Amino acid sequence: MTSTPRSKILTEDQAVATIESGMTVGIGGWGSRRKPMSLVRALLRTDVRDLTVVSYGGPDVGLLCAAGKVKRLVYGFVSLDSIALEPHFRAARQNGSIPEPVEYDEGMLQWALYAGSLRLPFLPTRAGLGSGVMDVNPSLKTVRSPYADSEDLLAVPAIRLDAALVHLNRSDARGNAQFLGPDLYFDDLFLAACEPGRRFVSAEKIVPTEDLLKEGTFHTLKINRSMVDGVIEAPNGAHFTTCEPDYGRDEAFQKAYVEAARDADSWQAFARRFLSGSEHDYQSAVTTWRAEASAAKEARS
Amino acid sequence: MSGNVTTPALADVVAVACAEAWRGDGEIFASGMGTIPMLGARLARATFEPDLMVSDGEAFFVSGDLPIGSTDKTVEGWIPFRQVFDTLWGGRRHVMMGASQIDRFGNTNIANIGPWDKPKAQLLGVRGGPGNTVNNATSFFIPKHVSTVFVTSVDMVSGVGYDRAGQLGGFIAARHDLRRVVTNLAVLDFGGPDHCMRLVSVHPGVSVDDVVANTGFQLHVPSNVPESRGPTDDEMAAIDRIDPRGFRHRELPS
Repeated sequence: MTSTPRSKILTEDQAVATIESGMTVGIGGWGSRRKPMSLVRALLRTDVRDLTVVSYGGPDVGLLCAAGKVKRLVYGFVSLDSIALEPHFRAARQNGSIPEPVEYDEGMLQWALYAGSLRLPFLPTRAGLGSGVMDVNPSLKTVRSPYADSEDLLAVPAIRLDAALVHLNRSDARGNAQFLGPDLYFDDLFLAACEPGRRFVSAEKIVPTEDLLKEGTFHTLKINRSMVDGVIEAPNGAHFTTCEPDYGRDEAFQKAYVEAARDADSWQAFARRFLSGSEHDYQSAVTTWRAEASAAKEARS
Repeated sequence: MSGNVTTPALADVVAVACAEAWRGDGEIFASGMGTIPMLGARLARATFEPDLMVSDGEAFFVSGDLPIGSTDKTVEGWIPFRQVFDTLWGGRRHVMMGASQIDRFGNTNIANIGPWDKPKAQLLGVRGGPGNTVNNATSFFIPKHVSTVFVTSVDMVSGVGYDRAGQLGGFIAARHDLRRVVTNLAVLDFGGPDHCMRLVSVHPGVSVDDVVANTGFQLHVPSNVPESRGPTDDEMAAIDRIDPRGFRHRELPS
């Protein structure tokens, strides 16, 4: 008797329902690029709090900060790329409302995840030495090379994640996932540094395994099913961040997001309009917003 | 244009000054953050430093004179972020970054203004500054040379200066390499005593006193400070090829 492989397909809400308050959640992508936004939006709908969030931060970090869900934030930067500063992150830092910020060099963050993925306690580097990172993270320690050079290096402590959220272009139902854009970023490390159980990949499209090589070469298959527990089909799921080549950043919407963050009233209106319902509601609201924006543009010209 | 055609536009002088940062670097990754540093890197390659590698600012090495803002590129290599880190940790890169604050020894800050615990203004975070400044050559482009940027002490050290690198000793002290600082007023480097900041040249129409008055720490000023040079005819042609829409003038109006 043969057994069929289990499908890992689930919804955003089912995925984030496994995340509990106080957990460490890693979020893939980079700045405002290929962020698992539909999963982040689902997380916003839950009542989890006191999260440790690990991210090359963009609007994922901003939204979680605005929702008061972040206790500890491990980051090298938080930026919207085409708009340099993320307004909610900025406000949260300036209000002191992120209780435990952990600011690392970008490469240190990679090293922390890589060490976590290899089950090593730390990895050595020069990045961070001599900088303010050492001043604001007094728990960081150095390690002396046991070889003739005797160099003191920064021992970046491993990060292990309780949950990992990444967004890819394609995946099959078992979690063999594919990036078709210019950069995988560190999505494979986020998954590899995560305890099995809550490693979630959302994808623009779930395709049959035999179709994976129809759109990209085998080099694009950097994430295999042993790294993934759940697969979510999320068309436009990275919106408003980039998801090349499926779509670019929705710059107009990102601008509206930043403008709405300027004061509490306009943010509440934005959140009511876009973030108060399901992912389907979000996508419908964005479609309506786009239609209104282009109608307004036409009326002006 | 006035009758005196010999005075080049500020943005063109600055583009040349930025390009000069990469002179002699050979076959390494010349990485410019922002329009003018990117123009500088591409200008250097188009003229006196042809072996430089430049990227599209996303994930690809490009050959030819890719115009700023254009996507019509000839890809010669792939440089995703992970490989950027590998390249810079291996010392095969010279980056030109911005800085919201810089001090006498080249400690820089792009992270936050005011105390880190509760900043008055949260900026980007340290980004790759710590790793850049202890691993590969780093230069800076600062479009607004004022004493609130050129400060006695930065609020957060996102980029490591010569004094801190010296204290680390060993590999880092021996190879620490902050190359030059290009501003809207002048070109500076760290050739003063103990690697303190030194005035190299002033841009046309700018006096040494202007630079000193807009610098919040004691600057090393040699007895003779030349004027920053304008572009040669070849360089001007290259600048026009690389920035045909004149984005540089928006960043630095004359």
